[in-house]
Amino acid sequence: MRHSIRRGLKVASVATVAAIALAGCSTPAPSDTSSDFTPLTSIKLQLQWLPQAQFAGYYVALDQGYFEEEGFDTVDIVPSGGDIVPQDALVAGDVDFAIAWVPKVLGTLEATGAELTDIAQVYQKSGTLQVSFADKGVPTVADFEGKRIGSWGFGNEWEIFAAMAAEGLDASTVSITTQDFSMNALLDGDVDAAQAMTYNEWAQILEVVNPATGKLYQPEDFDVVSYEDTDGAMLQDAIWADTARLADDPAYADAAVRFLKAVTKGWIFARDNPEEAATITYDAAINAEAAFPVGPVHQLWQMNEVNKLIWTGSKFGIVDKAAWDKTVKGALSAVNQDGVSLITAEPAASAYSNEYIEKALAALEAEGVDVSGAYTPIDVVLTEGGQ
Amino acid sequence: MSRAAASVLWGVLGVLAVMVAWELYKFLGPADGFVVGAVDGETGSGVMILPRTNDRAMPHLWEMGARLFQSTSGGSTPPLIVPVVTAALTTLGIAAVGWLIGVAVGVILGVVMQRYRLAEWGLLPWIVVSQTVPLIAFAPLLASIGSQIDRGGFPWPQWLSVAVIASYLAFFPVAVGVLRGLETPDRIHLDLMRSYASGYWSTLFRLRFPAAVPHLLPALRLAAASAVLGAVVAEVSIGMRGGIGRMLIQLAGQASSDPAAPWGPTFGSIALGLVAAGSVALLGLGLKNYRRGEATA
Repeated sequence: MRHSIRRGLKVASVATVAAIALAGCSTPAPSDTSSDFTPLTSIKLQLQWLPQAQFAGYYVALDQGYFEEEGFDTVDIVPSGGDIVPQDALVAGDVDFAIAWVPKVLGTLEATGAELTDIAQVYQKSGTLQVSFADKGVPTVADFEGKRIGSWGFGNEWEIFAAMAAEGLDASTVSITTQDFSMNALLDGDVDAAQAMTYNEWAQILEVVNPATGKLYQPEDFDVVSYEDTDGAMLQDAIWADTARLADDPAYADAAVRFLKAVTKGWIFARDNPEEAATITYDAAINAEAAFPVGPVHQLWQMNEVNKLIWTGSKFGIVDKAAWDKTVKGALSAVNQDGVSLITAEPAASAYSNEYIEKALAALEAEGVDVSGAYTPIDVVLTEGGQ
Repeated sequence: MSRAAASVLWGVLGVLAVMVAWELYKFLGPADGFVVGAVDGETGSGVMILPRTNDRAMPHLWEMGARLFQSTSGGSTPPLIVPVVTAALTTLGIAAVGWLIGVAVGVILGVVMQRYRLAEWGLLPWIVVSQTVPLIAFAPLLASIGSQIDRGGFPWPQWLSVAVIASYLAFFPVAVGVLRGLETPDRIHLDLMRSYASGYWSTLFRLRFPAAVPHLLPALRLAAASAVLGAVVAEVSIGMRGGIGRMLIQLAGQASSDPAAPWGPTFGSIALGLVAAGSVALLGLGLKNYRRGEATA
């Protein structure tokens, strides 16, 4: 028996040493502080959801060779749609850049003490809606009190609470129900008003046949609260980078600018050729990604709506200070139904920076590219199931 | 009628009974469900005791069947059944790798715990506790470790993380089953081996393992089911492409406008579980000389 105790101790000590050695391996090598560096040629981008036209700019940049033009040999676009949280993957160093909503990242930064920087604000406007059947009587945020409100949770709910706080409403009076990925909660009457993105779930509702008419549901069958029109509007899809790496690793800072150049070109292509960009994304999703996106018509609708959120007349990707401050104000004031706040203090000044996107845009403008052009919406007629 | 034919017949009858029950309930049940204790004007109050039967909640069997042969995502995508089969096979392969790792680890742990009482005292509680760690907390962590190793130069594909998570569920029944199985030989048999001057290893292989088979086979079957479950959940959790779990999640998002679509991968995963359990049953055929006194599981 003593024999086996000694053996056990030996095993334990070997395991401990191995664990320490492994931990040692994972500490990053000291960064190169000299000004010359080897440019990064391979990067990973973490999306926050499944491959779809919401991320068309990145798939277009890949398809059209924009990343190669900026000196990247491989760009790995990693979809989420599971429990992978983009900002966590970025903090852990699994990826180089991540797409995530601003309020969600602000919450993570305050909760974990990590430092990330919003280097490009792709979506200038909020695309979140709260949709209810017209007979439910929820046409405005003021009507939320006492109602059953659907949300996906996981940080998607803060616009609801920020909008309610701005109206002086008590969040504890609403019951928040977690929605699944379909819109059945709304259609079956499990919630009074369901959360929907203009570019995805709103279209999914309008792709369902209304049993009363035998035709697809029409927008006038519903009341729609657009958070963009409320004080609760928050900034959404942004490109995030690791703050410390930007400061210490010149190769990374350089890659950030080149990456943004390629991405900007991708989104400009999507602005000027929405049909083609939607097709490229749909093809990438069904082939390279082995994903199962909603059909081509749905992707075109999404492309159209996403372009409206991106091209608001100002330059692509610039973080608008007013919109940022509004997001922070909303995040500070929002209290959820359990009395918990998203953040309690202003985020660090490093939480956003226009330095990299401005460099990228200046380079593109020097090449004669119009980086602020307006988007002309197209007409998309939805079909049943979006196919 | 032979026993094999009878069991096939009962199996088919069982499936038919489920199908009839589905359509019968859909025909008779309330379209919007039946709720007790609902307060007027308060959405979502009360408890639904009879589920909804509308076409979104319960598509007709023929709609689900027909959907399998319609284009997956519109455009020129192949019929739904093609990716369902491909994805199910992918997951089956990963689950098989996870099962093998799990069985290997489980057998080693079982043997070690049987050999050293101290190891049993020290390890068994942890083995039990290990199964209470929620997979959704554990999976992204493992995926992150995997990608760190991959970056460190040692290739670690995503499917390997999924296989490891599957093995994490699969090793548990095997470890416990092997431990109990190895302890089954009677004192008198062990004494006989000793009187032959047989050492630890020959006793292990000639007496203990054969005696453990009736405990081992149900454990392997449980491990197969756990490996499939673990693989499906882990795929969803770490966002691996190509498997059936991922497909379930993606198509679930279309459940409003295309309610029959998510049933494709659902059938795929049912078939997957049956194939996995069936494979272990085949394994049992090869060991039938040792299966005296096995409880059916």
